[in-house]
Parts: sequence; structure tokens; C-alpha cells
Amino acid sequence: MNAIDVSRRGFLISVSATGALFALGQPAQAADGGFAPTIWYGIDREGVVTVHIIRAEMGQHVGTAIARIVADELEADWTKVKIDHVDSDPKWGLMVTGGSWSVWQSYPLYSQAGAAGRIALIDAGAKLMGVKPADCVARNGAVTAGKTSVSYGEIVAKGELGRTFTAEELGKLPIKPASERRLIGKPGQARDIPAKTNGQAKYGLDAKVAGMVYARPKLPPTRYGSVVSAIDDTEAKKVPGYIRAIALDDPSGTVPGWVMVYATSFIAADRATEALKVTWKAGETAKVSEADLQTRARALIADKAAGSQVVEDPGVDAAFAAAKSTLEQTYTTSTAVHFQMEPVNALAFEKDGLFEIHTGNQWQSLVLPWLAQALGRKEETIVLRTYMLGGGFGRRLNGDYAVGAALASKAIGGKPVKMVMTRADDTRFDSPRSPSVQTLKMAFGEAGRVTAMDHAACAGWPTLAMAPFFMPKGANGQPYDPFAISGANHWYNVGAQRVRAIGNDLANKTMRPGWLRSVGPGWTNWAVESFMDEAALKAGVDPLAFRLKMLDATGRNAGSAPNAVGGAKRQAAVLKRLADKAGWGKPLPKNTGLGLATTFGQERDMPTWVACAARVNVDPATGAVKVEKLTLVADAGTIVHPDGALAQMEGAALWGMSLALFEGTAFENGEVKDTNLDGYTPLRMADVPDVDVEFIASTEVPVGLGEPATTVVGPAIGNAIFRAVGARVRDLPIRPEAVKAAIKA
Amino acid sequence: MTSFRLNGKEVSVEAPEDAPLLWAIRDEIGLTGTKFGCGIGQCGACTVHVGGEAVRSCITPVGSVAGQSVTTIEGLDPKGQHPLQTAWIDAQAPQCGYCQSGQIMQAAALLKATPHPTDAEIEATMTGNLCRCMAYIRIKKAIKAAAAKGVAA
Repeated sequence: MNAIDVSRRGFLISVSATGALFALGQPAQAADGGFAPTIWYGIDREGVVTVHIIRAEMGQHVGTAIARIVADELEADWTKVKIDHVDSDPKWGLMVTGGSWSVWQSYPLYSQAGAAGRIALIDAGAKLMGVKPADCVARNGAVTAGKTSVSYGEIVAKGELGRTFTAEELGKLPIKPASERRLIGKPGQARDIPAKTNGQAKYGLDAKVAGMVYARPKLPPTRYGSVVSAIDDTEAKKVPGYIRAIALDDPSGTVPGWVMVYATSFIAADRATEALKVTWKAGETAKVSEADLQTRARALIADKAAGSQVVEDPGVDAAFAAAKSTLEQTYTTSTAVHFQMEPVNALAFEKDGLFEIHTGNQWQSLVLPWLAQALGRKEETIVLRTYMLGGGFGRRLNGDYAVGAALASKAIGGKPVKMVMTRADDTRFDSPRSPSVQTLKMAFGEAGRVTAMDHAACAGWPTLAMAPFFMPKGANGQPYDPFAISGANHWYNVGAQRVRAIGNDLANKTMRPGWLRSVGPGWTNWAVESFMDEAALKAGVDPLAFRLKMLDATGRNAGSAPNAVGGAKRQAAVLKRLADKAGWGKPLPKNTGLGLATTFGQERDMPTWVACAARVNVDPATGAVKVEKLTLVADAGTIVHPDGALAQMEGAALWGMSLALFEGTAFENGEVKDTNLDGYTPLRMADVPDVDVEFIASTEVPVGLGEPATTVVGPAIGNAIFRAVGARVRDLPIRPEAVKAAIKA
Repeated sequence: MTSFRLNGKEVSVEAPEDAPLLWAIRDEIGLTGTKFGCGIGQCGACTVHVGGEAVRSCITPVGSVAGQSVTTIEGLDPKGQHPLQTAWIDAQAPQCGYCQSGQIMQAAALLKATPHPTDAEIEATMTGNLCRCMAYIRIKKAIKAAAAKGVAA
């Protein structure tokens, strides 16, 4: 990791021949006598503000959101703001786009950077006009005093802008009150959209360079442990354009057993790959099935010593022993794949001592060390060139495909190679959402009062597979994947609480488990929020009232500044608003039900309070579920780009519905069974229900919105099915046969 | 060698006659607005017009378009201002954008054949185009807005 602790660095503005640069720390003197670019932004002599964006654009319009944060504090002219998605470079620090973190993490730093620029421009502008800074106002890219004004471009060209702020000064800069915001929270269009309507947006697949050849990998039978024993290209040679096939040598262990098939066109590479015969000695997981993975998970859950204690309150066992009654249920989810529209691909070559990888990627800082190890060269001599992502959803956090392409180039002397995976290749070697098994228990005391809860969750751990340095330790000293348990550590006060995260070792051997949109909370909440309805039924209490009583914002659920001000109170407020909005408690037609679910989004350190009501109609004869309407309410603090935020809520909610009803596959003989749309069937336009989204007005810290809506829809649908026809389903995706069987039972 | 008209210009490609039109357009001619998604004609990201009809270029053999007129997203409107394209921007429809060339080309063929489609007609046609970002609500809204304005085919 090359993380730079930005919080400890000061801020420095430097003027060069072409403009002013607004930097953290000490900018390096560039060879041309100017100054090296900065993490933040620059202003040229025409007053054009260029904001550097280190986050990947994959549909969230992140450049627009972050540039609005800077431009608002800077009082820039929005029509003169440009967005620059940068290539990888150590100077940017940690480069990752995931976790719904981008706006949340960028907000304080970019606000400060904007404010620092504004103050410096006012000082310099005042000097140029011969007035006091206190008599000046910055607005719309100019500093004005009475009837005179000077534009930012003029200040940069003429003024004395060189100025530094210490880290302490930077922290005390006056950030504008919400009432003074001119861009944040206001309507506006996303800058990346026009190029996405005319074919001009450039994705990784569109990258090209003179003289490149094409390649497609011939993939081994198992993700790990397969060894090439023979390659026979007799038939491949008959394909016009076929060049050769090479078994990659990968010291990093990222793409073991891959054979790269080179040709003069992708068509030829594709056909030659089909024609090529490769014999492998398969890895040990060649026979693993979905049932094997689930069986292993159940065995691990039954072993009380297994896993990491994420929450371990005193008195859990005592509370269960003393309980008037208890409830225990087990919930499961099937393997799911990303199926981002653009199959993974990369163009790689060596030029002038630099290894260039042209590709869309979500976690450059993670893949660079893999590339360095694979290529046997220093990270400083490798660069990832940035492109639009044809969907991310977490798939491109795992940059394994970049390693395959880089090794393909290295194997032919650093010549340019464009590696493209077919859809089936992409799906077979996706980083899937691991299947999961979860067992939840609740203890009830007098009058149905909840006295304890125990939640054990077992799945493959993406963070263990790819970023083990990101794993904290539980109370018993055992490390755990925080992204494979978050959600279980909810904001309900349930008395003595235990949360146990268990890694499924067989899953981690069989696949490269992935972070898939909403990650852990996408399946832990399937269990938590289904269980809450089951527990309410057991306690004889309305599911809404049952939840609200436990969202009392006491103890560790009281919340804290800056990110979780109000704690569970805000979750309760969201849930109440949702219940009103969706008409909770009103009569519904036969076989129709309204189900609720609420979560805190992705993680306790950055809660996005969200709730969903799903209205479904169930056909008792077939078990078919029709979702009629999804109503969602979210409190995400300040909303920076309202239309973009709404788009994220819409897309994330439909993702939740798709994962609940339409997706899901299974491992068979060590591989994902459904590799294309003839077997894997995400939600289509005809399936879309009415979707009604509301944001709670707030000036609190802006938190993430890319994923939280995904977490609530599945359990809301499950609960709605129960309320419609009395059928409780506990396995995701929900299949009609399962609903029908549950009606009979 | 196969010759056809592409966005109004005569072109010739060397790809084998049984090769998918998609790759000939992208890699030989260099127009990359048409995207590769599934390769089996089920996601619609590769949708182009052949003789005015929407087809999946990933399963359309190059040889089958000899002498025909092919239109890609780059050729839909000379300035990229087709009513659907402006409606797409007004509705802020795209998220990642990767499927949108195909969505727009499919919608353009729909409106040409059915200038004022019902919701059911829009869904029946557009459900063949997968949007993994699930921007369906806005795609539908944009099609209805363009239809309301009237698309001169």
C-alpha cells in the first residue's frame, strides 16, 4: 500500500507559467520549471479550474460530485470547471473506488482545499484591486469589491498567489454554512453523460495502440492450483491470424495456469482459443459443488471455536440460559456474479522503461504490487492508464485481469497486447459473491422483551483473498473480513449481543471471493431483517413497532460525531417516515403484502440510514412473486449531487431486487455453472416495479449512496411474501418453487 | 473482403465472412461506440441498424451485410443530437454508459416502427437490452419523452 496520510500535510499554492496549482504538502519541482500537478486542482490563466479525480468513473458520476464540492467552496464558475480522471501515480496516495466511500472521504478534504483556494484568491484579488480582503466577495470565478472585480484567471496571471497553509490552519478554514451553498445539493447534470450517448466515451475495451496484437486467455479448470501439462495448437494453427500460445509464468500467483492465445485480431484470438487444446493437472477444488460450500459453512458455524468475535458482550450465554423463549433460524444465499457489462480486459506494453496498463480499474493501489511481483519490476515503473469502466460493482477492485494482460505482454518482450476476455471467461473467473450460511438466535425475557442475540455468519472472504492487511481482529484475537460481516453489527439494542464472523476456507480455495455491490451487508441483512420479522411474530408484536423499540439510540447505538450523529435515532426516523409513506398497516388485496426492512448501509463508521417497503403480489398456485412497488427512504446526510444520488438509489434498489429474485448461480465441479445470459438472468426493464425514493433533508456529513439501497430490498421482499401468503423463505435468490413449498408448509 | 455502407460511407473489411460484424466495426474500422457484452445476442450492447432494423452485431456475420446499409451510434445523427440522444441527456439516463449505445439504437428502431409506443410496447422491445446499472427507469422515461416530441425518422 502506498497510502499517504493526507491529514497531516499542509496545503500549498504555487504559481507556474501556466497557472496555479493547489497542492497538499510540498509539490515537487517539475523538470520544466513549473510545479508538479497536485492532488486537488489547478486554475489556469483563463480561469479554467481542473479538478483531479482519483476515483474511477463507473456510473456514479463521481467526478461531477467531487468537482462540485471543490467548486462550491472555491466559488468557482461551474461552466469553467473541468474534470480529469487521473492515471495511477504514488503522489495520489491510496487509489480505490469502492465501499460507497468516494464522496464521504473526499468531502472534508476537497472542501478544505476549495476554501483554502478561495481565501488565497480573495487575498490576492484584494491586493490587485487595492482593497482590503474583508471588503471582497468571491463568487462565480471572480473576486468582487463594490463595483470592481477581478476574475480568477486574471488573479492567477497577475497576482501573488503563492501561499501556504499549515495542516492546523487548513483544519480551521471557514467552510461555508449550508445556506451559502451554490452547487452542493442543487440540481445539475453529470459531466460524463453526453459522451455516453454518442459512442464517444472511452472504456478499457476501446483502448488501442499501434502495432498491438490481441489475446484471449484459455482458462484452467480451477481458479487456483492448476498446472499446464501440455499445449497442442495443431487446430489453432488452422485459424487465420493465430500467432502462438504461451503458458504464463506468474510469480505473483494471481493468474496461475492461464494460457495466453495471441492473434492478429480478437476474432482470431477467440477462435484459436476455442481450437487450442490444453491439458492441465487440475487444482484440488476441481470437484467442489455449491452444496459442498454450504456444508462446510454449516460445519464451521456449528464449531463454537471457529471464527472471529466481532461483537462479544458479556452475558450472552447466560441470557440464553435464562430466556423465557428463544428463536433460531438459518438463512442462506447462493453464489452471485458481477456480470458488469464490459467483460474484463486490458491493453499492456512496455515503452521507454515504463510498463503501461490501459484498463478500467477500481483499486489501483491493490493491483500495482501484484503487477510489480508478476513482472519482476518496481511499482514506480508501472502505470495504470485510466478509462471509463463499463460497470464496476466491485468486480474491478480485483485487478487480476491486468496481471494477465501484463504477463501476456512481458512474455513477448513487452510488445503491446490487448487481452480481452469473453463473457463466459469473465464469469467463470469472476470474483463472485460467495455463498453464505448464517444462523441467528434471539433470547426473549418477560413480556417478549429481547434480552440477547447471537449471529454467526460464514462465507468466503474477499478481503482475506486479496487485501489481508485490511482485516481487523475480533475480541478473541482472530482477524476477520469486515466486508463479510458488516450489517450483523446493527444498531438495534438487543441486550447482550454476539456477532461471529467465520471465513469459509473451502470457498476461499475454490474461488477468488469478490466484493459485490453492497458486499457483506447485501447478504447479512437478508438474515438480520428477515429474522427481525420472524422475531416480531414470535414476540407477537408488529414488525415496525418491534424494530422501533430496539432502535432507541442508547449505549453504543447513540451515535457520535462526525459521521454518525444521532445514531439509531436517525434510523428510527427513516423507518417511521417510510412506514407513513408506504401506507404501513393499511389493508391490501388478497395475496398482496407489504414488507419492511431497514439497515445502516455499509458500515458503522459511515452509516447511511435506509429503509425499504416492498409491495408484492404472490400467485399461490405457482409461487411466482411480482414486485409491484418499492418505496425507499434514506438519510445520507448532505446530498452533494441530488440527481446522481437518486440514480444511485434507483440502480442500487433494483440491484437488490435482482439479487433477491433473478440472480444466483451455483458452483459445479469447481466452477460457476451459469456463465452467460442464457443461464444467468439479471432483472430487465419489464421486471421494473414502481420505485419511489425519498431523501431526508439533512446537513450532516455526506455518506455513501452507491450500495445501501441494495441491502434492504431482498429482506423487504421476503417479509412481504410472508405477509402476502404466509410463506417464509430463507434462501436467496427466492425461487417460485421455494415460495410454493413454503405456502404448503 | 466484404463491402457495405457504414454510416453513409462505403467500407470494406477483411474479416472472414462468418466473423461477427461487431468486431469488424470495432477493430477494423475503428468505431468503438458499439460495445461487446455477451457475444450471444442477449444483452443488446452491440445493437446496430442493418437496413434500418435493429440487429445484434455480435451474432451477425460480416458476410450477411454485404451491400447493405449499416448504422452505428456514431452515425445515428451527424451531430449526436438525435431526439433520443438529447432525451437521454435530459433524463440523465446513463450511469456507466456501456450499454447505452445499444439501448439508443434499439430505441431508435422502435420509434421508427412505432412512433408512439405504449409502455408495454417499450418494455417488450427494450427488455432485450440489459442495463447492469439498472438505469431502466430513466431509459424508459427518455424514450417516452422523445416519442412525445415526435421523432422524425
